[in-house]
Amino acid sequence: MGSSNYEPTNKAVKWFEDRLPILGLLHGTVGAGYLAPRNLNYWWNFGSLAGFMLVVQIITGVVLVMHYTPHVDMAFRAVEHIMRDVNYGWLIRYIHSNGASMFFVVVYIHILRGMYFGSYKSPREVLWFLGLVIYLLMMATGFMGYVLPWGQMSFWGATVITNLFGAFDFYDGMGEGILHLLWGGFSVDNPTLQRFFSLHYLLPFVIVGVVILHIWALHLPGSNNPLGIDAKGPGDKIPFHPYYTAKDAFGLSFFIVIFAIFIFYMPNIMGHPDNYIEANPMVTPPHIVPEWYYLPFYTILKAVPDKLFGVIAMFASILIFFVLPWLDGSKVRSAKFRPTTAFFFWLFLVNALFLGYLGTKLPDEIMIDMAGGIDALTLGRISSVFYFAYFIVIVPWVSRRETTKPVPTSIAQSVLDSRKEG
Amino acid sequence: MLKVIKNIGLMTLAVSAMTIGGITGANAAAASAYPIKKHDWPHAGPFGTFDKAALQRGLQVYKEVCAACHSLDMVAFRELTALGYNADEVKAFAAEYDFPDGLDDEGEEKSRKGLAQDYFPSPYGNEEEARESNNGAFPPDFSLLGKSREHLSLFTPWNSIYGEDYIVGILNTYHDEAPDGVELAEGMSYNEAFPGNQIAMAPPLSEDMVEYADGTPATTEQMAKDVATFMYWAAEPKLEERKKMGLKVIIFMSILTILLYFVNKSVWRNIKKGDDLA
Repeated sequence: MGSSNYEPTNKAVKWFEDRLPILGLLHGTVGAGYLAPRNLNYWWNFGSLAGFMLVVQIITGVVLVMHYTPHVDMAFRAVEHIMRDVNYGWLIRYIHSNGASMFFVVVYIHILRGMYFGSYKSPREVLWFLGLVIYLLMMATGFMGYVLPWGQMSFWGATVITNLFGAFDFYDGMGEGILHLLWGGFSVDNPTLQRFFSLHYLLPFVIVGVVILHIWALHLPGSNNPLGIDAKGPGDKIPFHPYYTAKDAFGLSFFIVIFAIFIFYMPNIMGHPDNYIEANPMVTPPHIVPEWYYLPFYTILKAVPDKLFGVIAMFASILIFFVLPWLDGSKVRSAKFRPTTAFFFWLFLVNALFLGYLGTKLPDEIMIDMAGGIDALTLGRISSVFYFAYFIVIVPWVSRRETTKPVPTSIAQSVLDSRKEG
Repeated sequence: MLKVIKNIGLMTLAVSAMTIGGITGANAAAASAYPIKKHDWPHAGPFGTFDKAALQRGLQVYKEVCAACHSLDMVAFRELTALGYNADEVKAFAAEYDFPDGLDDEGEEKSRKGLAQDYFPSPYGNEEEARESNNGAFPPDFSLLGKSREHLSLFTPWNSIYGEDYIVGILNTYHDEAPDGVELAEGMSYNEAFPGNQIAMAPPLSEDMVEYADGTPATTEQMAKDVATFMYWAAEPKLEERKKMGLKVIIFMSILTILLYFVNKSVWRNIKKGDDLA
């Protein structure tokens, strides 16, 4: 990853380093050997926070597995056994279940930071792709993890989401074939639970692998920065350690306080109460909703009347991020110097949050009491159209037409300028 | 940074403006659908602990009234020490129940007295038997009802409905007769708090139905609150331990955060000012 000038002074360490230069690798990746732009703001903390959350989820997950039984007759009870009988089992499970939400919060902020400051733009496109692959793997992992407690929302969420894949029915029996493969049978049942369990354990380690590639791809061009200009001269960069290790440590500690408030004082607020009812294939909950982090995409799915095109729109809403580097034709990376882009970015964010909010509503729920009542479905359609318009129309057009503000010649220069002003 | 904060502020304003419209509408609808009163539970809040006297009274209501139809599958007698009973009292409580104990030499079923490690026995052998005795309805298990009937909202906490309040709501909002225009199905009762208002459970509580060991007057309101407290404990038995540990973790991490803030500040002092460039 990072090229390193690591020179151990201790003889034994040097002997080892000559045979396996792993300390030099770490030194060049997260140590003093990695030179990072000097002007990274707190939005750059979220990468390391995401890494922390991945580790937390793996460690708590491995411990939970020691007490869990992946069987339809025993899974629900096994989770309650963890909550009631296992020493600190309640703590481990609440960390894991709230940790999933926190992981997504952190990753969403990390992605949005990349969007705002143009981190996806050349030469970091592959870095961006790898990040999106991690996100997609997280979606799959989170979904399968939610099925494991085998509550009502586990079962019915799994039924709804797996059924979406049945929309790919391009020849006779294809949709059904896909479903049978996903389920391991003719409906969501024990084989489904067991394969989801297996994959839920596997995918986090795949994520670890892609994270390593993600960091590798990061260290070739180096981190982007709030100005979006290349860090060139020695005055532009500072060693990762001690500067960013200190900053990340502070950010992490603060983040843990927030995380702890959820774990200890509102551990169930991110979950659905129906998941404390054991799965029952004979009783459908009146309102099936996925976890909060899928809600914007769920609204897009519901906005399209046709099932196949709804599913395609839902996947497209995520996959479209892959072409963002080419949709954006601006020569300037950071939205700091692109006022119109910045405005639309915030509008996009508000719209995405609104899509998420609509995801919790029934389609025919009246949201605005005017013009005979505007329901959630209508608003969801308008919001979905804006979502895609942002990528297909607004970004390509604005990025190519916008008059950007003057960009500083170097990071060091901008520091010196603000020094004069201050 | 200032600009970012301003932008976030504007965005928050926009989002709240949008959601408040929806919320006020939803509130109006919720008010009629959920006439559930909020109570001040001693176990709520960051320092909340269970009212042990209420837990013991709630256990008595469960045992003497609810247990006739509702199971409590996931709670073992040994856990009752959390209600303030000592080990001997728990053993005596368990011994009031009989449990099957395999077969004797002649192949006849044996039974034994309950032990502390046993779980509360179910009133029915299976779901079919339970439905047969209850006009086709299946009385839900009590172990997790306190948590599975909650509706918690992070961003609009005033819209949250807590499990204990819901249980009290169910127990206290029976009508003797259905309002005009509502046709009740055979064997159903009218209940304001229950979704759809038709509930298969007949009004379970009546004044002085139990005689509390501690002499508390057994009004239906009192019994409802006591059994709701007990059910919330059954659903979340580690609540006190959790909140106690949370306080320690948050105090520790807050102090560490303050220290790390100053560490970070001192590490960055020269770089921030650009002294190395001048």
